[in-house]
Amino acid sequence: MTEPTAKQIQTEKLYQQWGLTDSEYQLISEKILKRLPNYTETGLYSVMWSEHCSYKNSKKVLRKMPNKSSRVIAGPGEDAGILDIGDNQAVVFKAESHNHPSAVEPYQGAATGVGGIIRDIFSMGAQPIALLNSLKFGPLKDGKTKHLVNEVVAGIGGYGNCIGLPTVGGEISFEDCYEHNPLVNAMCVGLLNNTEFKHGTASGDKNLIIYVGAKTGRDGIHGATFASDEFTDTKNKQRSAVQVGNPFIEKLLMDACVEIIEKHSDWVLGIQDMGAAGLVSSTAEMASKAGSGLILNLDKVPQRETEMSAYEMMLSESQERMVLCVKPEFEENVLNFFKNFELDAVVIGQVTTDKQYKIYHHEQLVTDIPVDSLTEDVPEYDREEKQPQRMIDDKDYHFMPTIDSLSETWQKMVQRPNLASKKHFYQTYDSQVKANTLVRPGSDAGVVRIRGTKKAIAMTNDSNSKYVYLNPFVGGQITVMEAARNIVASGGIPIGITDCLNYGNPEDPESFWELDKSVEGISSACETLDTPVISGNVSLYNEYNEVAIYPSPMVGMVGLIEDIKNVTTSAFKKAGDLIYIVGQTFDDFNGSEIQMEQLGQLKGDLRVLDLEKEKLHQDLIHQAIEKDLVTSCHDLSEGGLAVALSESAFENNLGFEIKTSLTSAQLFSETQSRFLVTIAPENQVVFERLIQEDFELLGQVTADSSYKVTTTDETSIIDGSVVKSNWKEAIACLMKSEV
Amino acid sequence: MKFAVINFPGSNCDMDLYYAIRDGIKQTVELVDYRNESLEGFDGVLIPGGFSYGDYLRSGAIAVHAPIVKEIIRFANEGKIVLGICNGFQILTELGLLPGALIQNEKSCFICETVDLKVLNNQTAFTNEYQAGQIINIPVAHGEGRYYCDEKTLEDLKINDQIIFEYQQNINGSVAQIAGVTNKQKNVLGMMPHPERAIEKILGSDDGLKLFQSIINYQVKVNN
Amino acid sequence: MKLVKVYVTLKDSVLDAQGEAIKSAINTMGYKQLADVHMGKYFELSFDDDYAQLDQDVNAICDDLLANPNIETYRYEIMEEQ
Repeated sequence: MTEPTAKQIQTEKLYQQWGLTDSEYQLISEKILKRLPNYTETGLYSVMWSEHCSYKNSKKVLRKMPNKSSRVIAGPGEDAGILDIGDNQAVVFKAESHNHPSAVEPYQGAATGVGGIIRDIFSMGAQPIALLNSLKFGPLKDGKTKHLVNEVVAGIGGYGNCIGLPTVGGEISFEDCYEHNPLVNAMCVGLLNNTEFKHGTASGDKNLIIYVGAKTGRDGIHGATFASDEFTDTKNKQRSAVQVGNPFIEKLLMDACVEIIEKHSDWVLGIQDMGAAGLVSSTAEMASKAGSGLILNLDKVPQRETEMSAYEMMLSESQERMVLCVKPEFEENVLNFFKNFELDAVVIGQVTTDKQYKIYHHEQLVTDIPVDSLTEDVPEYDREEKQPQRMIDDKDYHFMPTIDSLSETWQKMVQRPNLASKKHFYQTYDSQVKANTLVRPGSDAGVVRIRGTKKAIAMTNDSNSKYVYLNPFVGGQITVMEAARNIVASGGIPIGITDCLNYGNPEDPESFWELDKSVEGISSACETLDTPVISGNVSLYNEYNEVAIYPSPMVGMVGLIEDIKNVTTSAFKKAGDLIYIVGQTFDDFNGSEIQMEQLGQLKGDLRVLDLEKEKLHQDLIHQAIEKDLVTSCHDLSEGGLAVALSESAFENNLGFEIKTSLTSAQLFSETQSRFLVTIAPENQVVFERLIQEDFELLGQVTADSSYKVTTTDETSIIDGSVVKSNWKEAIACLMKSEV
Repeated sequence: MKFAVINFPGSNCDMDLYYAIRDGIKQTVELVDYRNESLEGFDGVLIPGGFSYGDYLRSGAIAVHAPIVKEIIRFANEGKIVLGICNGFQILTELGLLPGALIQNEKSCFICETVDLKVLNNQTAFTNEYQAGQIINIPVAHGEGRYYCDEKTLEDLKINDQIIFEYQQNINGSVAQIAGVTNKQKNVLGMMPHPERAIEKILGSDDGLKLFQSIINYQVKVNN
Repeated sequence: MKLVKVYVTLKDSVLDAQGEAIKSAINTMGYKQLADVHMGKYFELSFDDDYAQLDQDVNAICDDLLANPNIETYRYEIMEEQ
């Protein structure tokens, strides 16, 4: 293949096919280089200046997020964020989206999403300890969606199980807007046994750049070379742009990287994962952060395919690769170290002081540009914003459900795919490998103990895009607070978050407004909780036929459990325990599951969230757990009290008898800031004195699995065993049913 | 007793097993790299779960060619203790040290669950701490755990009391609900469930502890 | 009866993780001459009779289910079943 000349790229505006605008191209050629960029250089700019690498559309919004607290050791800008958890230990975490790759090739897209996020954690020197995920699909009605779901779930499990990390939590939901644009977000949490870490930097004149891991192929290369027609007629093509994961190699790479940083810290100056935009992104960022320059020799790069161009090698997204910066005197040590793990490791370049990014290929200088121009000079956009019309039109709409039969509604609600048991999926993930998992999927948060200490880490992934769609600001707040309630209900205190911001086209003013306002909501909730946003990623342009997905921020929250005796689950433990609801319940049906069940669409505004009250309830619950008063605790969220009561009763096949001042409809209200708590009867006085107000004693746990429920409208006796089998079987039934 | 936990590339339950021995039954344990050629000085060999060589080709198939394997065979033939869990079980069947094979689960997907097992034979080096017929609660996590053997082999297994553990619910479609079998001499045990994950109550169950304690009992008897 | 033998393999440009692991195992067994291993899937489809659309149907089955056109390619042979 002959590459177009610099002149051709300019006159035929080829850069446009790579996503660079006319003004961006002019900036590069006239201001930065003062000459025309060649083919390789244009490719490097186009990928480094993409939204994915540069955040050029979202930067302004992202700055609103708080990223400081007394625990923060590293925040945004590194491969992952780090929080101090005391005793010279730190927790490292990040979430990342892999939406588009999963839509194209669901198994590999999801698998490489997991692989990528694990590398982000061990590149910080941390030992990965757990995985989580958040998945969104179209409704489970056609064969195509079911296949997509099966493949994504298999890809996530396939990678995580093989590498040997427990998947301890997550969520799956189904809405029409994700039918053609599924969301696949994965999170990894790691543990660092010191409070220092390796920055992803390349510093020091003549220090070596070492490439470690899998060979480079043409995986994931986008742009005009061939990918543009790849997915229209692929049948007869021998080329594929899909990146394929190899969890076996990643296991070796993970063990090797964790060990080299732990035992031979002096050998390694910097280390970074080759993620999106592979070699160029990792090396340019490392050099730019250190204020250095770099020379790379592509002939040294281990290659899986023949005749790869410089452009292809620099942009390849082949998986399971890392870049290290190493002092020359340790070259042999480092190469031998990786050889012992049976991994390829080669010197591919060195650090310079001239701040230029120079690439040689077949002994020719194919790139010579200022390194900062790739990472720092990208223009930042201030996009137009406009409140969505639907919010103005439906501002005063209030949905009220009709409950003809409480029992019937109850049975129907637990079978809604968003509320039914997801065990069908999560039982395919190994949640126990490493023998540290204290709370497995199915409760509020996953909990993993830190071996050799009294501490444990609670973690959760949450998003509720239905709320964000109705009111991005309040919805953003709710997303954080729901995650926090999950942490608190598990016995932890929230210490920080990561996020995946999944939105539509930022050039659409309504979409951008949604992004901006929900980030403001997330930020205000994080400030209230003192939970900084220490890492994250942005995925824009999620749309199909110009219809955007719901604005879908996903929050991955981590909490610290100081003593594993505080670990609490949502399951009722014993007949006779008293059942309380903490927090007031209102008629909050807009955006609820019962609105979708009965009205079939989302409509109306959300109640303003009282952040102080929310925080107070979380603090009180935490105190009650610390005082050993609580036998079970469950966050109230989608589906409301009715669903929470059922979920708590299922695990130990218990029932309950309650009498409440709520209406039957309010059992399905989704008012925020509420918990369902059980306590032993002897603790009634102490518990009520602690909580003081905004609670109601509902009744007690019973030994048989029947639900006796008295509301202001009626008394119903509901067969809990039928509720349980409906809840348990709903997803499996849908997955099995014919198209 | 001194145990070796064999570490193949891709093993991922090696540390779980290591801690089960060190903290669970407080015995000496070392990780042994697959490239080693000697197990001199060890009293028992433990082959951990995981995905040796990615489980590419067939589970356990590639591990069989590692240098350490000759020593595992010697150990088994000398009547010493060899325990393979999950991927370790798969390796032992690929090696021919145990009869049968482990194939893809009936429902063809990976399953992670805590299941009830029945102890069918409590007269072995691995089960003497359990009651005969005792139901124990042990986690499983596998995609290729369906035990398969022909009828003749099954007959032999039954006659020789080689079926040690049986699933109470046949989660993966195993022949005769088999979860774990020994060789004829009963010094080699392979099982799909993970006793090393059931060592502490806080992890959900400590029913696995007795399996490791049984090995100690047995060894004490042999030594006397 | 017609027997259709379908061979599905990864496209050349796609990483064949399994093939690589198997290759290095064979090399360490002492077969140093072996240069490459590719692993694929093999299917046998039996059709009651030959019919005009057989080719078209086999292609559709491969495209829609047996192979993933984004990463895999396939070929097939049609023969008389014994």
